[in-house]
Amino acid sequence: MSKKDLEKRTVISPEGNPIEIDPMNDYFCQDTPKAAKPLNGIVEKFANWMRSESLWVLGFGTGCGAIEMRPLMTPRFDAYRFGIQWRPTPRQASVFVISGYLSVKTLKRVIRSYEQMQSPKFVMGLGSCTINGGMYWDSYNTINRLDHYLPVDVYVTGCMPRPESLLAGFEKLKKLIKEGKGEGANKYADNFEWYKANQKKIVKDWDMPDYNW
Amino acid sequence: MESIGLKILYALLSIFIALNYGLLIQAAVHKIGARVGGRYGIRWFQPWVDIMKNYAKRTRISHGIMFYIAPVFRLTGGIGLLLFVPLIYGSEMFSNFSFTGDLLIILYFQFFGILGMALGAAEGGHPYSFMGVARGLAQVTSIELPLTLGVIAIAVQYQTLNVSDIMAAQQGSVLNWTIFTNPFAAAAMLLAFLGSMGRSPFDVVLAPQEIPIGPPTEFHSSLLGVLQLNRAIFPVAKVILFMNLLFGGATNWGELIVKTFLIYMWSVFVGVAFPRFRVDQSIRWFLTVPLILGVIAVLLMKF
Repeated sequence: MSKKDLEKRTVISPEGNPIEIDPMNDYFCQDTPKAAKPLNGIVEKFANWMRSESLWVLGFGTGCGAIEMRPLMTPRFDAYRFGIQWRPTPRQASVFVISGYLSVKTLKRVIRSYEQMQSPKFVMGLGSCTINGGMYWDSYNTINRLDHYLPVDVYVTGCMPRPESLLAGFEKLKKLIKEGKGEGANKYADNFEWYKANQKKIVKDWDMPDYNW
Repeated sequence: MESIGLKILYALLSIFIALNYGLLIQAAVHKIGARVGGRYGIRWFQPWVDIMKNYAKRTRISHGIMFYIAPVFRLTGGIGLLLFVPLIYGSEMFSNFSFTGDLLIILYFQFFGILGMALGAAEGGHPYSFMGVARGLAQVTSIELPLTLGVIAIAVQYQTLNVSDIMAAQQGSVLNWTIFTNPFAAAAMLLAFLGSMGRSPFDVVLAPQEIPIGPPTEFHSSLLGVLQLNRAIFPVAKVILFMNLLFGGATNWGELIVKTFLIYMWSVFVGVAFPRFRVDQSIRWFLTVPLILGVIAVLLMKF
């Protein structure tokens, strides 16, 4: 699909009548996300415990750090024993690991995938590149600070971080979720306009709705 | 058992038992697989946490009405199958709603879930869902042939369409089990069973390496939770059915757990020993060896 396919146009229906088509409004939902209220007291605590003990990671390697995510599932590090699993689809995933540098082209896909994940969702920045750009800080096509574009819960530093530090990052994330501080999705919804403005500053060919439901 | 209310209560209890047993088997199989691979594996309570977490998700989006109904259809397939299968032979409490023609309705419920899934996954709109569903329907159809031929052979052998009667006819000795009295039908059905469990080499529907993860790609939150419930209940119901038809049923819970676990492990062992089939190989395979065995079983009943 190109940007042109999303423009308003008039087509001739099979009956021969001209009809107006506005793909952005006809095919996509234009609503903006709203912050969800937590449940009451102990119920929310229990829900948070479950969320932290069942982290489903989206299988999307955005940069070179993705190579460090694979050994996590093998016998040496075995992240399954901490309740971490890989999911192939953003709809079912709850953790998005941004693995290393994020190019402008990938940023668009990352935004789409992140917005398709269901709340509560968490973002983990992997490697120095997500913090300040790392060795790519003056590159023409990578972003420097990830938390200008997505709400990051945990950073794992290093270039690249070893699987052990990733596991430590997951432990930290679990702790945050259990304390009720894993509210990235609500932060994103509350500061939606700020995030969107930052994203659009970088992604020039914005050919999708503002929020990808 | 006169009161229908009591009967419903016991049916709910058997659903609850089947659900937890199914989740426990899932955890055990994961754990065994992990230990074989030299890993520690998941915690034993992981399947329960995964399901409850999905129900505790805060948002859920819709793709239309069928998208909501599809998981319900799928779960109905699993629960429906379980409700018409007697769990414990001779037990009034756990014979569920078994009646004179239950073998036919059980065959129907085998197909029910995937049909519902086909409608819902289509509304999800994801291309992998379409491919998964198309593969699922094609494979289930080719599985049904040997399975139904085996069931027909058994029905002719025992001159009944009632699962309880078939169980009753196999009591007394191990040699009375259908697997010994009618080996061809049993072989056809056990091979069809491999396909219906969706494990390697017949995991063409979820096909993790090709169309991750097929039909449920778009399902999330509590909708996925319902599908996960079915993934626990449906295999248990199927395994209990095969135990009743081929292995003499069970007279108590201990026997049921040992037998069903071993039948379940039959699909797991084959799964770890054989690599995955492509969809065309899988369907062709079901239309050769199992189908021929099924035809032989029916012919043997005739002559």
